[in-house]
Amino acid sequence: MARKLLLEHINVPGINTLDVYRQKGGYRSVEKALKTLSPDDVVEEVKKSGLRGRGGAGFPTGMKWSFLAKPEGVERYLVCNADESEPGTFKDRYLMTYIPHALIEGMIVSSYALGAKTSYIYVRGEMMPQIRILEKAIAEAKSAGFLGKNILGSGYDLELYVQPGGGAYICGEETALLESLEGKRGNPRIKPPFPAIAGLYGCPTVVNNVESIAAVVPIINDGGEEYAKVGIGRSTGTKLISASGNLVRPGVYEIELGLPVEEFIYSDEYCGGIANGKRLKATVAGGSSVPVLPANLTLKLANGDPRLMSYESLSEGGFATGTMMGSGGFIAFDEDQCIVRNTWNFSRFYHHESCGQCSPCREGTGWMEKVLHRIEHGHGKMSDIDLLVDVSKKIEGNTICPLGDAAAWPVASAIRHFRDEFEWHVREPQKSQQTNYGIARYAEPIASGLKQEN
Amino acid sequence: MLKVEETQPVEFSPALKAKFAEISSRYPEGKQKSALLPILHEVQAELGWLSANAMDQVAAWLKIEPIEVYEVASFYSMYFLKPQGKYVLEVCRTGPCCLVGAEKVMAHIEHKLGVKENEVTADGLFSWRGVECLAACGFGPVLQIGPEYTFYENLDEQKVDTLLEELRKK
Repeated sequence: MARKLLLEHINVPGINTLDVYRQKGGYRSVEKALKTLSPDDVVEEVKKSGLRGRGGAGFPTGMKWSFLAKPEGVERYLVCNADESEPGTFKDRYLMTYIPHALIEGMIVSSYALGAKTSYIYVRGEMMPQIRILEKAIAEAKSAGFLGKNILGSGYDLELYVQPGGGAYICGEETALLESLEGKRGNPRIKPPFPAIAGLYGCPTVVNNVESIAAVVPIINDGGEEYAKVGIGRSTGTKLISASGNLVRPGVYEIELGLPVEEFIYSDEYCGGIANGKRLKATVAGGSSVPVLPANLTLKLANGDPRLMSYESLSEGGFATGTMMGSGGFIAFDEDQCIVRNTWNFSRFYHHESCGQCSPCREGTGWMEKVLHRIEHGHGKMSDIDLLVDVSKKIEGNTICPLGDAAAWPVASAIRHFRDEFEWHVREPQKSQQTNYGIARYAEPIASGLKQEN
Repeated sequence: MLKVEETQPVEFSPALKAKFAEISSRYPEGKQKSALLPILHEVQAELGWLSANAMDQVAAWLKIEPIEVYEVASFYSMYFLKPQGKYVLEVCRTGPCCLVGAEKVMAHIEHKLGVKENEVTADGLFSWRGVECLAACGFGPVLQIGPEYTFYENLDEQKVDTLLEELRKK
């Protein structure tokens, strides 16, 4: 069995209550941090751990914390990003549902490290049940003296609140989240200034993902160096992977970074293979925004070595033959799935979720959705395929926030790897309405001389 | 585009206003606009949707301009600017759920209820719509029903039938 740092006790009955959580060693990190460590010591441990942001960007958490400005007499804030909305990702919902105190405990230690006296957990509004769970956990922690004034006699005060969102993918982008928390539309801000300088209410602010905050608990309990021993290379620690799609056992798995992708998909400890005895056609390894890969490139690198579940290995080969870790939303497609249909579906998602601030994204996502819709429904032209590539290139890099890139990459990568399937849809407008293109060569061993990006 | 329907005047109950006050106390002095999204959820939970009158009253309570409420209510997908059925079935229509049959579930709901997306059944009980990813991809197809946003997971046609029957009996 692989090491579990976050979900070790997830199956213990009553682990969602403070009593059981404490019996299993919960809130030790709060006692350790507040009684024996200075805030800077905590930051130092997180830096040593090599923890990278678990929301999608993979930026080192300790470094993000060390950028926080600390002017005299100005409030600082920690905001937890629980606006989990990336298609394919459901790990934070799982963690908050079953082991909410792991997040509360992490929030207390992290807030202490950053000198925040008020912290917010911004939860997407649809997760009302999870909001209730967190509010209950906060009340329990407060009555046990882990929140409020003079926590554990340390002189440190902290209030923690849960804030519901209103249903907008864009609010997972940290500056849009802050706008939303201020009671406004979720339009991302132009950076700089970064939130570390001017965030919530113009004050220095750190925004971290649920899983990143929860990971601070084992880091403080065992020390940053111990945490860094788990994992592989610069991908330290464990990662929650949300597995969905055509798998025997979809669900949330905690893996040690560095696990071979093949083992993750096929071993009985994890997903147990492809459902209904079918073959794997493609995967989206890190949430809908990352490039889609055919089965052969999912399991192996272009040079034939096995691909691993780590930040480096998943992105090996760049966008020509690789993808990204992203949020760890692992979506598997079996041989009966249509890549064109799925790409259209994702494009509709990004069009729906674009905040509308930047015209390349607002207009471009709509164009991509329309063009993909007509290809999927048998009205496409051969020139549409290059038109899609062209539109995606005009969005990428030309917007205030990364939603534009996130909308462009799935389209560009689908055409890069599955162009023959798009062409087949155009050539066979009727047949493509009744049958699927199938698996073609996507699952075959990697052929030499992959098509170069032009 | 914002289209708000006219309705009867709205009066918030003292209990609701007490809730507004509790929510507003979570933010620093002068930053009470932060309470807007949670307050709109409370209002919608009580009234079923957000009428122009309701939004105007929220604006007055928070001492902000009505447009500041309209622009927020129309930006976020959870707020209803039109009356809905008593139960709004919101089915996830995004990629991972579609891989495991969400489109079939939606077609079945449309067929069973006999109304198109965003329409209300004649008895006023149900409306339905497709929504984007609900962060439950491993348990798809899923749907949620407000105002507590209860999740119904691993749906198929039979489970939808059972759910509709249970809701009708409530």
